[in-house]
Amino acid sequence: MRFLGYTLGDESAPIPPPSPELFEAMGTLLEDATKAGVLVATGGLAPTSMAAKITLKDGEFTVVDGPFTEAKELIGGWALMECRDLAEAIEWSKRFVAVIGEGEVRVRPADAVWDEDGGYGPE
Amino acid sequence: MSITDPTTAIEAVFRIEFARLVAGLTRFVGDVGLAEELAQDALVDALVQWPEHGTPRNPGAWLMTVGKRKAIDRFRRDRNLDDKYAQLGRDGESHEPRSAAPPGTHGSFEDHIDDDVLRLMFVACHPMLPVAARTALTLRLVGGLTTAEIARAYLEPEATVKQRILRAKRAIAKAGVPFEVPEGEDRAARLGSVLEVVYLIFNEGYSATAGTDWTRPALCAEGLRLGRGLAELAPDDAEVHGLVALMEIQSSRLHARRGPDGEPVLLHEQDRHRWDRLLINRGLAALDRVRALDGSRGPYALQAAIAACHAVAFRVEDTDWPRVVTLYGELSEIAPSPIVELNRAVAVSMAFGPDAGLDLVDQLGASGTLDGYHLLYGVRGDLLEKLGRPIEAAAEFRRAAALTQNGSERQLLAERADALQPIE
Repeated sequence: MRFLGYTLGDESAPIPPPSPELFEAMGTLLEDATKAGVLVATGGLAPTSMAAKITLKDGEFTVVDGPFTEAKELIGGWALMECRDLAEAIEWSKRFVAVIGEGEVRVRPADAVWDEDGGYGPE
Repeated sequence: MSITDPTTAIEAVFRIEFARLVAGLTRFVGDVGLAEELAQDALVDALVQWPEHGTPRNPGAWLMTVGKRKAIDRFRRDRNLDDKYAQLGRDGESHEPRSAAPPGTHGSFEDHIDDDVLRLMFVACHPMLPVAARTALTLRLVGGLTTAEIARAYLEPEATVKQRILRAKRAIAKAGVPFEVPEGEDRAARLGSVLEVVYLIFNEGYSATAGTDWTRPALCAEGLRLGRGLAELAPDDAEVHGLVALMEIQSSRLHARRGPDGEPVLLHEQDRHRWDRLLINRGLAALDRVRALDGSRGPYALQAAIAACHAVAFRVEDTDWPRVVTLYGELSEIAPSPIVELNRAVAVSMAFGPDAGLDLVDQLGASGTLDGYHLLYGVRGDLLEKLGRPIEAAAEFRRAAALTQNGSERQLLAERADALQPIE
């Protein structure tokens, strides 16, 4: 089962740049997750100062440059994981956030599809 | 059981750590069966202590430490194993966690733990064991599945699986299979056995031989995970990447292979928008690694290359069939089999017309090598249908339906027959 884990943060409370220890610890964790066949893909997102927001309304596009300071919960880093169940995905997510030291990570199933009745479940 | 239940969380940790734990303990005590018991004993301790004292920052290290302590306790109690204990003492093996391990990581706890996991895979997949035993042992020791889970996956009684695993461990101990990664001439054959087991696990999930489910995604995922892990542990073996490429690409079709009622959907009829492009890209990347290692002519690599031909075609009409024919030709040289010939016949029919394909299929039928194999008749039926010979085609589909063991497939074939020649 596939899961997306992602960190959430508030840009008004900036995170200091990662220390060499953190880099190494994260590297080791990613390696371990890869060796376990768990890590499918991973990445990090730039701050919203480098982002664009696109809105389509009444047939018109509006594009706005970041930063988006009104946003309170922003995705920072993400990892797509292949796990047997949510419990395993939670455990790996714990390890990701433990490397960062503090913060919030959310984990969501990422391979379910909407069925014809409007329900959501694994195929 | 709620997701926040501590037992669930601890069991998830255990499953994640199990292969390394068993591998490290096997190196410590020299016996996989004993290692597994010690690992289970460590889990019992964890289930008692972690809810009370909190989950350790490095759970893998905790479990390994406890496992090793229990090993030493056992050896102290059992006079017969005195020699083994003395051996442990002489090895000077430290069983304390290295304090340098940063919180949240467990990889740095044991030196060479990856090598140990690789050793464990080679032992569990030893060719002296019957294939079913290798599969069960690998799923148990490397995959960390419980015997109940393995039994469910293969639709067998749990007692059968338990016995099979027990006998396998005894056979390994009796034969004195060394805990090592084979080198030299031995390596290719032993690695072949590992790849065979991993692919069997995957395939059981991909096209289930028994039962009514056309696919069992959990087993596919297990096989794929084992393969991906193996690619990290043995990165210089091209066929490992070939197998991973094949499994990634086949996995990409899992959602498209089943219809809304669980019935099988054949490759040329699948909605390709439902193919998982992330997995396809991973498969293509794995094929790049094969090429970088000059391994493009290995059997798994060739099968993966064929799968890639389909994967990069957004519509059936875009498939490079002549290339598929060429690849099957190479495969039939390297790893000939009647099934490869059958697939080659299908590719030939797509590239050069159903007549050409039917000629090959008839030759195969005449050779007798595929008697009783339902796909031979299924393919023949398909080609006859394309050639406008519906009655003969229906007969072939009915033969195929009678021979397949998979309920969904049987129904599909029966329906195709009835569509061509309705039963009065």
